[in-house]
Amino acid sequence: MSTFDVELDTSGLNCPLPILKARKALADMSAGQRLHLIVTDLGATQDIPAFSKMTGNPLLETSEQDGKLHFILEKGAA
Amino acid sequence: MAKKLAIIASKGTLDGAYPPFLLASTAAALGFEVKIFFTFYGLQLLRKELNLKVSPLGNPAMPMPVPVPTIIQILPGMEWFATWMMKRKIKQKGVASIEDLRDICVESGVELVACQMTVDLFDFSHDDFIDGLTYGGAATFLEFSSTADTTLYI
Repeated sequence: MSTFDVELDTSGLNCPLPILKARKALADMSAGQRLHLIVTDLGATQDIPAFSKMTGNPLLETSEQDGKLHFILEKGAA
Repeated sequence: MAKKLAIIASKGTLDGAYPPFLLASTAAALGFEVKIFFTFYGLQLLRKELNLKVSPLGNPAMPMPVPVPTIIQILPGMEWFATWMMKRKIKQKGVASIEDLRDICVESGVELVACQMTVDLFDFSHDDFIDGLTYGGAATFLEFSSTADTTLYI
């Protein structure tokens, strides 16, 4: 897992809450900063890449650990 | 230019409330401009105090803990029980409440349009509904949907 600036654990929350909370967290960050997003909703394997693509916040890393999904998103310039 | 999502919300049940508010709040998070047009029973989703229910009656696909024959489903209290059960599940599974999703929609700038014709039809008053609504008709929706990227009837 690479380094990050902000961590957001949405364990136990279901769709669309992880997306909505990630959106909020990214809004408070500055361009180039990295968000470590932890999700237990399995739909996130598809949803987070879609969110990344549509909002212009690159998805740098995806992994699974202890039954949880981990994503590193970089706050985009826009 | 932002993508646009246009939704017609015509259902006023607890389960029927999820698709419009869930898709609208997510779309707003993805940068869409969103309008939801509430018509007929969908107007119930705009009440100040939400009292949404779900009924197993006429809904054979609704999962029940034990099979409940239709003749039993008409008994008083069955709708209350089904609603209580659904709300408990929603909480247990970390699913957002309709109240929360609606708040998020309002906060993220989703425009909520109430169908004035249905307001008149059901003798509702604007005081029954939350503040910040737009009241309009078919042309209001069609003008927006004519340039929308996605249009949904729910």
